[in-house]
Amino acid sequence: MRVLGRHPVGMILSAPYAVYLAVIFAYPLGFAVWMSFHDYFFAAPGAIVDHPFVGLDNYRAVLTDPGVHQAFQNILIFLVINVPLTTGLALVLAVALNRAVHGRAFLRVAFYVPYVTASVAVVGVWLFLFNSGGLVNSVLGPLAPDPSWLINEHLAMPTIAVFVTWKQLGFFILLYLAALQNVPKELYESAAVDGASAWHRFWSVTVPAVRPATALVVILALITGANLFTEPYLLTGGGGPNGASASPVLVMYQRGLQQGEPDFAAALGVLLVLGVLIVAYINRRLIERD
Amino acid sequence: MKRTLPAAVLTLTLALAAGCDGGGGGDAAKANAASGPITIWLSNNQEELAWGKAMVAAWNTAHADQAITAQEIPAGNTSEEVIGAAITAGNAPCLIFNTAPAAVPQFQKQGGLVALDTFDGAAQYIADRTGATADQYKSPDGKFYQMPWKSNPVMIFYNKGLFAKAGLDSEKPALSTYDEFLTAARKLKASGTAAIYPAPSSEFFQSWFDFYPLFAAESDGKQLVQDGKAQFNSPEGQKVAAFWKTLYDEGLAPKEKYNGDSFGDQKAAMAIVGPWAIAVYGDKVKWGAVPVPTSTGKPAEQIKTFSDAKNVAMYSACQNRATAWEVLKFATSKEQDGELLNKTGQMPLRTGVAATYPDYFTKNPAYRQFADQAARTVEVPNVPNSVAIWQTFRDAYSQSVIFGKQPVADAFAGAAEKVDQLASGS
Repeated sequence: MRVLGRHPVGMILSAPYAVYLAVIFAYPLGFAVWMSFHDYFFAAPGAIVDHPFVGLDNYRAVLTDPGVHQAFQNILIFLVINVPLTTGLALVLAVALNRAVHGRAFLRVAFYVPYVTASVAVVGVWLFLFNSGGLVNSVLGPLAPDPSWLINEHLAMPTIAVFVTWKQLGFFILLYLAALQNVPKELYESAAVDGASAWHRFWSVTVPAVRPATALVVILALITGANLFTEPYLLTGGGGPNGASASPVLVMYQRGLQQGEPDFAAALGVLLVLGVLIVAYINRRLIERD
Repeated sequence: MKRTLPAAVLTLTLALAAGCDGGGGGDAAKANAASGPITIWLSNNQEELAWGKAMVAAWNTAHADQAITAQEIPAGNTSEEVIGAAITAGNAPCLIFNTAPAAVPQFQKQGGLVALDTFDGAAQYIADRTGATADQYKSPDGKFYQMPWKSNPVMIFYNKGLFAKAGLDSEKPALSTYDEFLTAARKLKASGTAAIYPAPSSEFFQSWFDFYPLFAAESDGKQLVQDGKAQFNSPEGQKVAAFWKTLYDEGLAPKEKYNGDSFGDQKAAMAIVGPWAIAVYGDKVKWGAVPVPTSTGKPAEQIKTFSDAKNVAMYSACQNRATAWEVLKFATSKEQDGELLNKTGQMPLRTGVAATYPDYFTKNPAYRQFADQAARTVEVPNVPNSVAIWQTFRDAYSQSVIFGKQPVADAFAGAAEKVDQLASGS
């Protein structure tokens, strides 16, 4: 019994998830780390291939690759736009929805629909909206950017950041709505009695009260953003124009699967995981501090 | 001790997962001699599927003990990714009738392909059927890991209606030199349509439908890489690049990916396509076809172009390879090649296609010029790191020709240096 601990039933109940984590998460992650230190390519079962240890060669190749540098710069631009925009809009809209008297259910569903719609379908709509002769440029008329949004090296990544913000917003609004249910109404009443304006009540009561939710929203937005793939793959035709919207995960796909260099892709993936962990940790320390 | 069980579970999981990597393979000589049922994959193109099903039915009728099970290539981003994954998993079929020549070096490196030369008379069979063109499909070790099957030699398709609207001769348009092509393109743009609309996106294979056909024509049939050296950083490559750059700089070819079929939707007056387009556009567009242009306007009978071929390869997971080899010969016989031509309009990679199937070309004269062109095709180079080489070239092309961020000479010189290194296998 000691082998199974004091609560063997608990061990049995948690075993499926533990196995799931081991097979789906721990093993691939460990294998990726191993690959990143070896000269590795995918081979047929039974094929006699050598995978020699190459030390930090793959990491050196990743860190000196101009395409990788550009991808990380692109993702930085994406995060700088997407994370604050997501957090701010989600909070403001959640507060507004929380107070809405009419059509609350409709509005909640309306915000949530893009989140549950397949990216491929939504990307198709955005392509029609943002191409040179699309609706957005037709409305803007002479103010339309030239080159157009998705083929403009300065606008492609910001457009993707706005697209992802719009698509994910419904989920983050729901998180904030749940957090808002836990804010005591007495706090608002006290603030009102003290003469606080609507803005002061929002800034001094709502924002601090939902800080744990904000920490979660920021970290989730950060992780989702760092794993950006579908949008540059579909919306800008494989990271275009000229690599201006390539993301690290898109580069991993191109190098690892298309070009048969999974060792390079693994090293890039490990660096991405470390980067996200560090930024998420810093975020958490900054946002959750009291 | 409390951590013993989780540790044991993790160890077992890792061992099981690692174990998945170790089986399969089998003895190659034994597999080469074995006969029995086999599985094949076919392209999901409707016309090819129809041909494949009829071919399989014909084989199965006569070989009940060596029946073929055919299925479409499973869905994925690209067929090559699906096949690569199947090789790694050890569940690739015996034959795939849609193997891209550009992917063969990678599949070979993975240990996923069977050298066809290991079967008696195979090299001779390929040489007799395909002639000298077959040499382009040999791997650097001198062996055939793919059976040259069919090509779609690309030409310039043009829309007669849009040409007439722009005041151009719609029956015999002057498109043989770069200057003539650009003059026509400017008139087309003035009439409100894009002249030509190749995908300006950065996927590695897009250069097969803009730069490469014209480079093959301009250089009298050079491949992108020959004798381990990049060929595009040459006067011919520069001329082709300058031609396309003019089209992009003047807005004659849009820089934005079209969300659909620009030629079919009549948004572009020209397209670079193979004979498959005849059935696709049919009567929807009144079209004509001419060879790709060259700087000096070479005669049509001297023009070479990209083959856009798809081949058949035998995969090492196959346990009944003797049957697979017989099926391969059956499926590429004169009779089955004729059926393929009939059902798909694609050109079997065999010598003298027009002379071999005269009745077909009498009934379908539109296909004749593609059959003539099929005799003068250039394949992608069969070199290590093939896909990485094409991506390197595409990036340089995109950077300099399409978006003009770097002089063509600098971009091509940098890419050539990297390509030389990749082609050497490092």
